[in-house]
Amino acid sequence: MARVEERIDADFAASTAADESALPRPRGDLARMPWVSLVIITVLVLVALMAPLIAPHSPTEQSLPDKLLPPAWEAGGSTKHLLGTDVLGRDVLSRLIYGARVSLIVAAVALLAGGGIGLMVGIVSGYLGGRVDSVLMRVVDATLTFPTILIALLLAVSLGQGLQTIAIAITVLIWARFARVVRGEVLAVKARDFVALARVHGCSHLRIMAVHIVPNVLNTFMVLLTLHIGFVIIVEASLSFLGAGIPPPTPSWGQMVADGRSHIASAWWLSVVPGAAIMLVVLAFNLFGDWLRDWLDPRLRQV
Amino acid sequence: MLEGRAIAEPLIRAENLTKHFPVTRGLLVGRTTGHVKAVDGVSFTIGHQETLGLVGESGCGKTTTSRLLLRLEEPTAGRVLLDGQDVHALRGLELSRYHTRVQAVFQDPWSSLNPRLRIRDTIAEALVVNRRVTRAGKLERVEEVLHQVGLPLSAAARYPHEFSGGQRQRIALASALAAKPELIVLDEPVSALDVSIRAQIMNLLKDLQARQQLSFLLVAHNLATVRYIAHRTAVMYLGRIVEHADTESLYRSPLHPYTKALFAAALPADPDAPRDDMILSGEVPSPIDPPSGCHFHPRCPFAMEQCSRVAPELKAVAAGHVVSCHLY
Amino acid sequence: MAVAAPVVLDVRGLRAYLYTRWGVVRAVDGVSFALREGETLGLVGESGCGKTMTGLSLVRLLPEPAGRIVEGQILLEGEDLVTKSQSEMRHVRGRRISMILQDPQTSLNPVFTIGDQIVEALRLHHGDGERALAVRAEEALRRVKVAAPEQRMRAYPHQMSGGMKQRVVGAIAVAGEPRVLIADEPTTALDVTIQLQYLALLKELQARTRLAMLFITHDFGIVARMCDRVAVMYAGRIVETGPTRTLFRSPRHPYTEALMASVPRMEGSVTRLPSIEGQPPPLHALPAGCRFAPRCAYVDDRCRREYPPIMPVGPAHEAACWRVEPSPSR
Repeated sequence: MARVEERIDADFAASTAADESALPRPRGDLARMPWVSLVIITVLVLVALMAPLIAPHSPTEQSLPDKLLPPAWEAGGSTKHLLGTDVLGRDVLSRLIYGARVSLIVAAVALLAGGGIGLMVGIVSGYLGGRVDSVLMRVVDATLTFPTILIALLLAVSLGQGLQTIAIAITVLIWARFARVVRGEVLAVKARDFVALARVHGCSHLRIMAVHIVPNVLNTFMVLLTLHIGFVIIVEASLSFLGAGIPPPTPSWGQMVADGRSHIASAWWLSVVPGAAIMLVVLAFNLFGDWLRDWLDPRLRQV
Repeated sequence: MLEGRAIAEPLIRAENLTKHFPVTRGLLVGRTTGHVKAVDGVSFTIGHQETLGLVGESGCGKTTTSRLLLRLEEPTAGRVLLDGQDVHALRGLELSRYHTRVQAVFQDPWSSLNPRLRIRDTIAEALVVNRRVTRAGKLERVEEVLHQVGLPLSAAARYPHEFSGGQRQRIALASALAAKPELIVLDEPVSALDVSIRAQIMNLLKDLQARQQLSFLLVAHNLATVRYIAHRTAVMYLGRIVEHADTESLYRSPLHPYTKALFAAALPADPDAPRDDMILSGEVPSPIDPPSGCHFHPRCPFAMEQCSRVAPELKAVAAGHVVSCHLY
Repeated sequence: MAVAAPVVLDVRGLRAYLYTRWGVVRAVDGVSFALREGETLGLVGESGCGKTMTGLSLVRLLPEPAGRIVEGQILLEGEDLVTKSQSEMRHVRGRRISMILQDPQTSLNPVFTIGDQIVEALRLHHGDGERALAVRAEEALRRVKVAAPEQRMRAYPHQMSGGMKQRVVGAIAVAGEPRVLIADEPTTALDVTIQLQYLALLKELQARTRLAMLFITHDFGIVARMCDRVAVMYAGRIVETGPTRTLFRSPRHPYTEALMASVPRMEGSVTRLPSIEGQPPPLHALPAGCRFAPRCAYVDDRCRREYPPIMPVGPAHEAACWRVEPSPSR
């Protein structure tokens, strides 16, 4: 028995000596971070959070004598209204700031709800397989074939305008996309040995899903979330543009673009300013999502 | 050779284990057009502190057999008995106990560990799920098994990606040992590792068996590896055991023609070794439609007329040595 | 052994590095060997030693843009392949030097029939019409002992077993009648009885065409059966080269010796297997001095400071180790 002890200790010592993994560590990735995107996103979030503090005017306060003032750098503009005023004399900048709130809230709620439902459906479908999987995936297929805006409009018309409606409409639209992708990831994770070993350890299905499946699909899920933010903002803007979104007088970027349509030749800033904001924010989130996917990917595939 | 090791009632008894997988066609409904007869009436025993080697090529059913033992598959027929109890009939507390008595280590070190869990959580899982352990008790046991497999205690707080293949297999072994099992199913535990690392792990397995009351079911295709660790070896072909004996007698005198071919194909690391090239013709037939009678007859250089009609029985030819072949 | 056959492949001081974001990986770091007509040279080593990269370098298929040959010559019948452009290499690959890879699953295109793929390989090297090419393809299948070649021509890869796929891969590889064949672990994914068939096939092909083969493997049993000479690689360099029998009987480099000792045997008594402690050094952070030093049982100070040059230790036998007494090679 003593000799066996010695052998094990010798192997132990040798292994400890060769403890350092032979894997090279990646050099700092700081230089490659998407700084511009992050800045834009941070600004957006701060602006939305601190809207009441930083908006120079109330977004709904009308001032007819000041209507249709151009932005401050144009002839006729004033520093009192940096981005001009709309047809009812409301300050465009303030409306832009408050509009950011709307965009963010709708995006957040819809994503969390839609993403959450999609995640759960994807996991259950992928893990359980069989009939459950077949049925759920047919539902997903059906949902994916419906034209996006049409569905949202139908819902808006039947449920009435409002923040709730938009959130529900968008949730209905995006959950299926998440479900599909998550299910694919779950199938891949399920095939890995550590899942079979978890069953050998005696884990219940619930534990396996929670401890082994979910954490390993989270990365894909997070990237998907980021990439959908842009989509959701545009959907909300489109709905508001079509008049099925947030009811006035609450400012919404989409609505602002719509309102400025008739004045596009004379008061270009009414549509262009919110339009540019939408574009910038969506771009920022997309770039960030791309970077996130690249950043997470090789780390996790690390062999 | 087996004295002192085998006690009267073996630890594990497989009785006529059968597993047929249905082959379905059709989109929604699915008709069963045939069966993959992966395991077709396999029986064996494993004693205490004993290693049974299960060898064969791809499609022979050895992996499915190991999965049947682990309850990862339900048998179509036959039973697996642990201390006389049918393991597939266990429920509740007894099932929990089963999970602490039978564990596994699989082939691929890159796929066996959850990359999101710290090593200590992976190792302690069987313990945490099946027994009540305090946090302190869990950590203590984790340290114990890390020591047993020759890894430093600092490994506990780390993540899998920080370790090499050989180290990961040690971690996999540690997680199998944590609940103090009596049987560990090893499915190709070293074939994905480098040659020089294999020796480390094989030595470790032997040492662990010597120190603890551990039995192994070693599923492998490398005959030399099996010889090093297994006390008895069974050779499988297309779902059936064709030969089963003490490792030494099997390796000294293989009887079944397939076993002989397998041994001939295990190239010795010696350029001057005698070459008895028994090159088999053809491919391994499909387990969906295995040949009639003796499954091996289409490729067997000694096939006789009755081999295609009648499946041979497993007969004892010498003490502890059974073969299923019409030649004997 | 008979009179020495002409050298068809002469590799001199080959260095191939991979430029990754973690640093420079010196995958092949000064490798030299010669391959003669009709001869099989085994390139042995464990994972990460650089043997696959060496094989890829020889056919100029290093992963781009990270991989580059930074130094050395690859003389195929006198012509240096390192200086050739990729378009020039297209005429060399398959025609004069060819390669078989490990995984039959990924070596064949799943959406084309076997016949299509062989014909495509043949088309590059023979100017015949389609029908003549199809006949040649069938003949190629017959030569690699694929049963019922006429039907197999119309089959898709997924309809064939691993062994059969590897034969097709072999047929494609020798379709252009190359002088040199590089086989990178061609039987690792195959069952042992199928492996035996396949190795016999390779030997037959070689005998018929005087093909020179570089057989990359980690399996000493295959080396003992297939190879005339062996080169052992460790951490990017060759540490020992010699005739197969000599290397098995009297290995001179401690790594070769330890590696062979750690392989379990089919005969003899079952004693404890000596294993090599530790791991190979990472290829992007190589130590000065001998790369095996941290794991060597015979290490001394000089080993850690200076890398030993390759020294002759017997007839056609050389090793890179300070311990060996250089003796004249014939």
